[in-house]
Amino acid sequence: MNAALAIAPASPLLEVRGVGHFYGNRLGCQEVSFDLYPGEVLGIVGESGSGKTTLLSCLAGRLDFAEGRIRYDSRSDGLVDLATLSEAKRRVLMRTEWGIVHQNPRDGLRMGVSAGANIGERLMAVGQRHFGKIRAAAGDWLAQVEIAADRMDDLPMSFSGGMQQRLQIARNLVTGPRLVFMDEPTGGLDVSVQARLLDLLRRLVADMSLSVILVTHDLAVARLLAHRLMVMKGGHVVESGLTDQVLDDPHHPYTQLLVSSMLQV
Amino acid sequence: MSDILGGYNFAYLDEQTKRMIRRAILKAVAVPGYQVPFAGREMPLPYGWGTGGIQVTASVISADDVLKVIDQGADDTTNAVSIRRFFAKTAGVRTTTKTAEATLIQTRHRIPERRLTEGQIIVYQVPNPEPLRWMEPRESETRKMHALLEYGAMHVKLYEDIVHFGRIATSYDYPVRVNGRYIMAPSPIPKFDNPKMDGMPALQLFGAGREKRIYAVPPYTRVESLDFEDYPFEVQRWDQSCALCGATDSYLDEVITDDRGGRMFVCSDTDHCSERRAASDEAEGDGIRRPVEEEAAE
Repeated sequence: MNAALAIAPASPLLEVRGVGHFYGNRLGCQEVSFDLYPGEVLGIVGESGSGKTTLLSCLAGRLDFAEGRIRYDSRSDGLVDLATLSEAKRRVLMRTEWGIVHQNPRDGLRMGVSAGANIGERLMAVGQRHFGKIRAAAGDWLAQVEIAADRMDDLPMSFSGGMQQRLQIARNLVTGPRLVFMDEPTGGLDVSVQARLLDLLRRLVADMSLSVILVTHDLAVARLLAHRLMVMKGGHVVESGLTDQVLDDPHHPYTQLLVSSMLQV
Repeated sequence: MSDILGGYNFAYLDEQTKRMIRRAILKAVAVPGYQVPFAGREMPLPYGWGTGGIQVTASVISADDVLKVIDQGADDTTNAVSIRRFFAKTAGVRTTTKTAEATLIQTRHRIPERRLTEGQIIVYQVPNPEPLRWMEPRESETRKMHALLEYGAMHVKLYEDIVHFGRIATSYDYPVRVNGRYIMAPSPIPKFDNPKMDGMPALQLFGAGREKRIYAVPPYTRVESLDFEDYPFEVQRWDQSCALCGATDSYLDEVITDDRGGRMFVCSDTDHCSERRAASDEAEGDGIRRPVEEEAAE
């Protein structure tokens, strides 16, 4: 994992400075700053209500954050400021360079259309108009996420939870994004399915040298996938560093509590 | 004008309302394919029977207009007869069933077979003006998708068609791109009629009464039907010709003639059919041609 960091180029993909958001008077998150480099997986961990998802929404442009600045190094336009980026451009980014994997696959999939169409939609959205090619790409990606080719024309409704999650990942990765936001990608899956999904994610992240921001409350998932970790509590980042460092030698009392509450089997 | 129904304004709607609708129409013509919201009024017929079309017609009709109303191509169906009589009574205009004579045509489900000309206006009744509704139930979101040209979802529908039926099976209300910009629902006309919209010399107005939207295609505007490179757009074809007039190039309706499986195919455009029959009557007396397989079945 450290090899990925060693070869990381000097300019960050995502530059976050002092980001904060309030829901009325209530704090969502505050003073979050970090840099994310290409090919890096950043884990954000913390208990429910610690501001993880709020932060992710700010980063992914789903929330107009109140404070701070987020800059993204886009393929087409160079460094862009997300706060001042027009909605049109932001949505183009979202379907070309970004991917969002939701905790509940129902939020990220079109449940009424076939698995192939789910994968093909992003291709059609960026202008692909050749049915055969779209279908070939969809078949390719189904194979990548280990879904049998004969399920291509079935509705996601008929898939198991793990398959739906894998389909959602394929749908996001088909246009070759650079940055993927994942909100509890393994939540709600049983452990053996979780393990397979984690293996898959690890492989895809390495193969495509994806940058990932991974929100999870599951420290085991974070340890497996994340290069770096940020621990959040009450809307603030209380500790950050390399994953092994944070988990094996936690400094902040809350991180110590979090690590010690991990189930040991 | 003495035969106009007393107590009503010309063409039923009050002048303020007409003005409001005309403003919406002007905007719609200026931005081809864009759905302009308007304050739709209650009309003396139920939603789904053409309340949108009738309001547009009432707003553009003038005393010297000649009105034709068609429903599924026919001039003599209930809806067509009622709307024609409505404007005969409230506006005192001359009505016709002949496409060539009409200056204003209100239609449901068909475009006349005869090529429309400059100076004519065709008004479509639209039940569902939003082509993206199938994929996206939120109005706020579909408006954004139109504004930002996010039309990927439209092709997902066609993709699904090919997957399930081996071809694009959507056969009516087939989505079109107007003037290279907006995706538009052409109202539930058969896709057979889609090519007629492209570069049509007549002004095309669309009124959706329940959804309160007006949109338009100005004369000589490019209207392309969506498709895939390897599954190009194509229209319906029939093996039969019209049982009454023998036309091979018109849109045919299947008519059940008895309860023993007897059926025949006839032109859905009644004016087109009777015009052709009248022409061949003149030429060869009886003129009515019956298809060969009908006779064989007897």
